[in-house]
Amino acid sequence: MLSIQDIHTYYGDSYILQGVSLELQPGQVVALLGRNGVGKTTLARSIMGLTPASRGRILFGDQDITRASAHRIARLGIGYVPQGRQVFRSLNIREHLQVTARGNGQWTPDKILDLFPNLRSRIKSLAGKLSGGEQQMLAAARALVGNPALLLMDEPTEGLAPMMIRELGKTIASLKEGGASILLIEQQLNFALRYADIVFIMNKGRIVHRCTPAELLADPDTKARYLGV
Amino acid sequence: MMFWVLQSLNGISYGMLLFLLASGLSLIYGLMKILNLTHGSFYLLGGYVGLAVLHLTKSFILAVLLGSLAIALLGVVMERFLLRRLHLQEMPQTLLTFGLLFIFSDLAMLIWGGNPQTVPKPELFRHSLDIGGMVYPSYRLFIIGFGLFVAAVLWWVQEGTRIGAMVRAGVDNEEIARALGINVSLLFTLVFAFGAFLAALGGVMGGPIVGVYPGADFEVLLLGFVVVIIGGLGSLRGALVGGLIVGLLDNFGKVLFPEFALFTIFAPMALILAVRPTGLFGKE
Repeated sequence: MLSIQDIHTYYGDSYILQGVSLELQPGQVVALLGRNGVGKTTLARSIMGLTPASRGRILFGDQDITRASAHRIARLGIGYVPQGRQVFRSLNIREHLQVTARGNGQWTPDKILDLFPNLRSRIKSLAGKLSGGEQQMLAAARALVGNPALLLMDEPTEGLAPMMIRELGKTIASLKEGGASILLIEQQLNFALRYADIVFIMNKGRIVHRCTPAELLADPDTKARYLGV
Repeated sequence: MMFWVLQSLNGISYGMLLFLLASGLSLIYGLMKILNLTHGSFYLLGGYVGLAVLHLTKSFILAVLLGSLAIALLGVVMERFLLRRLHLQEMPQTLLTFGLLFIFSDLAMLIWGGNPQTVPKPELFRHSLDIGGMVYPSYRLFIIGFGLFVAAVLWWVQEGTRIGAMVRAGVDNEEIARALGINVSLLFTLVFAFGAFLAALGGVMGGPIVGVYPGADFEVLLLGFVVVIIGGLGSLRGALVGGLIVGLLDNFGKVLFPEFALFTIFAPMALILAVRPTGLFGKE
């Protein structure tokens, strides 16, 4: 469903992605792990067309999206949950769901609010006034309401309290049960391994390891070398 | 007493024209981060085109509509074919709009000549009203009402519609708005065209009060910038309040201290900047 083929991406003068390849099949949850600064977020931005790759190819379904514009990529069916949440501060929750709602899939604003009851109770609150956890829920909700075929989540647990992380985990588990495809970029190893079918590990702009969660758990060397745990 | 009332009405009606100009200026800056110096041209060209339509059709409504629409179209062309190439490059964009301001100014001179022209008032508002024993032109009162109407419509579009929410999303975080499927490029074109439309609207509607003349483009542009500096860039409320303040200051300055007319505008502006660098309603 998503096929990243040897992409190279520059950020200004910095050579960030130095040949990244990654495959994601429909219905899979793929975890992308790695330390800070190895290029995970740049990979997400390259997929979304915000920092396009200068070499290589990204296919989504049978469409080449390597150099497509960001809004077209989103409309093709990738729901982006950016790092740091980046909610629209001057929009309230209802407006968030309004501006990104798209398609005739299962996710209507109403269904989304069933999934995130916290958001329903604060529907008229400006996003800038929400707590970090609520903003993260909102970032996920506004991506889902576009009825994406693939959800791209960039460090959704970052800066969240343990209780909110559990909430988020439940949401991801229920999405996975519903057959969703998710590319989950994470620093929190245990969180990612709980939901992933396949794990990719990134280091210095390259994919250095591919395995199943069980294999990674049984491999202290790899964990120590690339993840520092 | 009557002097103050009538002069205030004069200031407020001129302030409404400035609001029409400044709201577009502010909206365009808020979304696109462009300081559009061509906005003065939009105002002047709107006035000239409106006048031409009026001569041709004898209809004030058509003059307002076609004049504004023509300039909105000019805005579309300018955004699509020129500004788009310089996306987020602040200096080149500002220089481009500055250059176009001069080009349009010369073109207007070439086509319509150097003599000030007056726009006849629409039939409906040619009479004067009796206010406490003094006569006052009804057209100026109409301008005040119209300005408030436009402000209400703009507020509703911005706060109450999906496209308004999309524009605000683009203002808050353009990149993420794109990555969530909002066609921000299209919003850019629409907002720029709409801003041009509002400026031209000010040019045509202001014609019967201030006339259409070479140099009006620079004059209103300067005042428009004072309005958004006082009110705060990117704020609709700021454009309205700022427009009224500048309209009143300009009017009373000219009436009471004609030799210091510009001072009465810029001194308060400097004062507000010193206390609130982002303007009365500016963010951050």
